Amino acid sequence: MTSSLLIEQLLNGVQFGVMLFLMSAGLTLVFGIMNFINLAHGSLYMIGAFAGAATQAATGSFLLAVVAAPLAGAVAGLALERGLFQRFYARDHLDQVLVTFGTILALNEATRIVFGLTPLRMNLPDALAGHVEIIPGVPYPTFRLVILGVGLAVAALLYVVIMRTRIGMWVRAGASDRPIASAMGVNVPLVFAALFGVGAALAGLAGVMAGPILSVQVGMGEPILILALVVTVIGGIGSIRGAFVAALLVGIVDTFGRILLTPALGGMAIFMMMAAILAFRPKGLFPAHG
Amino acid sequence: MADRAPIGSGWRERAPAVLIVFLLAATPLVARALGDPFIVKVATRVVVFAIAAVALNFVVGFGGLVSLCHAGLFGVGGYVVGVLAWHDFNAEPLLFLPGTSNLLVSIPAAAVVVGLLAAIVGAISLRTSGPYFLMITLAFNQMFYYGAVALQKYGGEDGLQIMSNVTLGPFDMSDRYRFFYLALAFLAAAMFVLGRVVRSRFGMALRAASRNETRVIAVGVDPWRYRLVAFVISGVVVGIAGALLAAGQQFISPVDMGWDRSGDLVVMTVLGGIGSVWGPALGAAAFVVLELVLSSWTSHWQLAFGLLVILIVVGLRGGLADLGALAFGRRGTETAHG
Amino acid sequence: MADPILAVECLMKSFGGLRATNDLSIAVERGECHAIIGPNGAGKTTFISQLQGMLRPDAGAIRLDGQDITREPAHVRARLGIARSFQITSLVPDFSVLDHAALAVQARSGHSFRFWRPARGDAALTGPARDALATVGLSPRATTLARDLSHGEARQLELAIAIAQKPKLLLLDEPMAGMGRKDGAAMTRLLAELKKDYSIILVEHDMQAVFSLADRISVLVAGHVIKTGAPDEIRNDPDVRAAYLGH
Repeated sequence: MTSSLLIEQLLNGVQFGVMLFLMSAGLTLVFGIMNFINLAHGSLYMIGAFAGAATQAATGSFLLAVVAAPLAGAVAGLALERGLFQRFYARDHLDQVLVTFGTILALNEATRIVFGLTPLRMNLPDALAGHVEIIPGVPYPTFRLVILGVGLAVAALLYVVIMRTRIGMWVRAGASDRPIASAMGVNVPLVFAALFGVGAALAGLAGVMAGPILSVQVGMGEPILILALVVTVIGGIGSIRGAFVAALLVGIVDTFGRILLTPALGGMAIFMMMAAILAFRPKGLFPAHG
Repeated sequence: MADRAPIGSGWRERAPAVLIVFLLAATPLVARALGDPFIVKVATRVVVFAIAAVALNFVVGFGGLVSLCHAGLFGVGGYVVGVLAWHDFNAEPLLFLPGTSNLLVSIPAAAVVVGLLAAIVGAISLRTSGPYFLMITLAFNQMFYYGAVALQKYGGEDGLQIMSNVTLGPFDMSDRYRFFYLALAFLAAAMFVLGRVVRSRFGMALRAASRNETRVIAVGVDPWRYRLVAFVISGVVVGIAGALLAAGQQFISPVDMGWDRSGDLVVMTVLGGIGSVWGPALGAAAFVVLELVLSSWTSHWQLAFGLLVILIVVGLRGGLADLGALAFGRRGTETAHG
Repeated sequence: MADPILAVECLMKSFGGLRATNDLSIAVERGECHAIIGPNGAGKTTFISQLQGMLRPDAGAIRLDGQDITREPAHVRARLGIARSFQITSLVPDFSVLDHAALAVQARSGHSFRFWRPARGDAALTGPARDALATVGLSPRATTLARDLSHGEARQLELAIAIAQKPKLLLLDEPMAGMGRKDGAAMTRLLAELKKDYSIILVEHDMQAVFSLADRISVLVAGHVIKTGAPDEIRNDPDVRAAYLGH
C-alpha cells in the first residue's frame, strides 16, 4: 500500500468514523440515561436520508436538504418517543428490543410504500462535487472533507454542551446515576424527549450526509445501526467520549478491513474486535456507570 | 417482562405440548385430503422454527438471557448439513473426511459444531450482562453472517444449494411427508427434554439465577456456569433446527442467519409466551402462518406485521400462551417488575 | 482466644475517599450470637457484604473456621458455610416458599448439574427444606409463591433459606427490618431458638432485641470497632454512649 493510498484510506476511515459518531451520540445517551435500547435509531437515519433526497428533488437545493434531514429525524424521533417509546423506559430490555424491532419493520415498509423500491440518488452541488489536494499528490473528495468537518464540529459542540452547561451536567449525572439525576429537580420527561430529539436529529443529519455517497434506499439504516451499536458498546454505554473514540476506531478498522481482506471478512473484523474488547473490558473502554 | 408463571408439573403443563404435536401430526392428513402438498411444506417450516424458538426460549425465558445470535447459530447448523452434502455430491473430501448426505451423520455433526460454537460465544458473552450481552450476541450473529458470506466455495452471498439426495440411514428423505415427521419427532423430543431440564435441579438453579442473581449466589450457586451450559444446550437444539431447515428446503443461505432473523426468533418466542416450554412453538406457528397469510394479501405485509408486534408488546404481555390462561381464568395480569 | 469460628483482621474498604471499613477486627466464638450495632452509616451492611463476599475488602483477612476466605467469591463462601439473610428481602418472585429452601439444600449438597429428575418431589431436597420451613414456622405456606407472601413471612423465609444451607455462621442483616411489634416479637423468639444451634452475627436496630439475644456486642463507628463486650458492659460504656448520642 502506497503512502498516498494509506492517507486516503485513513481519511476515509476517519470520515466514516465521524458519521458513526453522529449515529452513536444519540444512541449512547438514550441508552445510558433512559436505559433504553433503540434498535429503530437506524430508521431515523433512513428517514433523514429520504427527507433530504425528497427535499432536493423538490427544490433542487442541497442546502435545504441538509436542513430538512435533521428536522425530519427530530420530528419522527419525537413522535416515536412521545407516542410509544417513553412507555418502555421502565420495561425490560426484551420488551424494548421487540417494540423497536416492530418499529423498524413498520417504518421500512411505510417508506417503501411512499418512495417505492428504486433507490434515490442525491446530487452534490458543484462546489462540493470536486476534489481537493490535501497534500500534494493526494486528491480527496471535497464532500468527504465536509462530512469530516461537520462531524468534528458536532462532536466539539456536544462536548462543550455536556461539559460546560447546566443541562450537560444533568446529562452526565444521568448517565452515571439515574436516581440522582431525577432527584436534581428537572422536568424529566421533557429532558428525555429533548435528548431523544437531538439524537434523532443527529441520526437524520448522518443520513443526509450519507445520501450522496451511498444510495438512499429502504434498509440503509440497519447496517449502520449495527455498527453504531458496536460503537456504543465498545465506547461504554452512556459515554460520549467513549462513543467518539470507538467510532473512529470502528470506522478505521472497518475501512481497512474491507481493503486488506475481502469485504465479507472485513465485515467480520469489526465484530471480532468488539468481542475481543468486551471479553477483556465487559463494560467498554470508557464505562460511564460505575 | 412478560409474565412468567411458576412452572407447574404433570399433565397440565405437558398437555399443551402434546396437543401441539398431535395437531401438527395431523396436517399431512389434511394436506392429502385437500390434495395440497404445500400445506406440508408450511407445516415443516412451522416445525423447524418451532424447534428454534423453543431452543431460544430456553435461554430467554428460563435463563433470562436475551440472545440475538441464535439465527447465526441456526444458520451454522444449516451450513454444516449443506457443506457435508456438497462434499458428498462433488465427491471431494472435506479435509480428510468424506462428505455425506446422511442425516444420521450430518444432524449430530451440526449439533456438535453449533454446541462448540455456542460454548465459545457463551464463554465470552456471559462475561457481560444486560444490554452488553444483547449487543455482543448481536455482534457474534453478524460475525457468523459475514462468515457465511465469505464462504465463496459454498455459494457465498447466494447461498448453498443441496444437490444430493438427503437420506436418513437407508431412508430417502426427499419425501416431503417422511421429512415432516422426522422434524416433528425432533420438536417433540426438544419440548420433552427441555421440559424435563427446566424442572430438574439444573433448571431450578438456572431459573432462580435469572430472576434473582444475588439470592442464588448467596446460597452457593455460581450463575455463570449454569448459564453457559444452558447456552450450549440451547445452541445444540437450535443447531439441529438449522440442520433440518437446510435439509428440508435443500438450501441454506446467509439470509437465514441475518440479524433480523434473530429478531424474528425473539418475536416468535415472545409471541408464544416465554413462561412455558411449549409457548414459543405456538408463537413460531403463528409467525410462519401470519407471514404467509399477510404476504399473500399484500407485498407490504411487513408494515402490518411490525404494527402487530408493537401492539403485542404494548398489550399482550404473556404471549399467546396467556390467551388460553386468560380464557380459563387461571391468572390475571400483573405488573411488570415483581 | 482459642479457635473462633470467624476471625476478621484489620479489614479495610474504601469507596472513593470514604473509608467505609477502617481497620476492623473482630472474633466470633463458636455458638455465640455476636451483635453488631452502630449509628446509621457506620458501615454495618458494608461489613456484612465483605463477610459474605459480595464486596471485596481492600486489605485485611477473613478466616472462617481457620480457613482463609478473604479472596473467595461469594458462592464459594456460601458452600464453605456462610449464610446471609438480606436486609432488603431478596427472593425469587415466582418460586414457592418450598422451592427457595430446596434451592438452598440443593446448592449445599454439591453441584446442580443434574438435568433429568424433577427437583420438586425429590425427597433428598424437599425433606431438609421442609425441616427448615418448620423451624421458622412457615410449613403451612410451603406452596405459596414468594410474591404472595406478607412482609413478615418473607423475612421468615429469608431465615429459612439461610438455615437450609446448614451454615457454620449465620449473617443476619436486620432480620426485623420493617416489622411491626407483633412480628418483631415472634422473630425475637425465633432467633432465641436459633442461637442454640448456630453461630450468629446479628446486625439489628431494635436494641431491645439485641440486648436480649446477644452474647456479645461490638460497636461499630465509622467502620471501626470501638468496643466489644457483654451486653451489660456495652450498655454502661461511656464511649458507646458518646458515639450514639454525641455527634
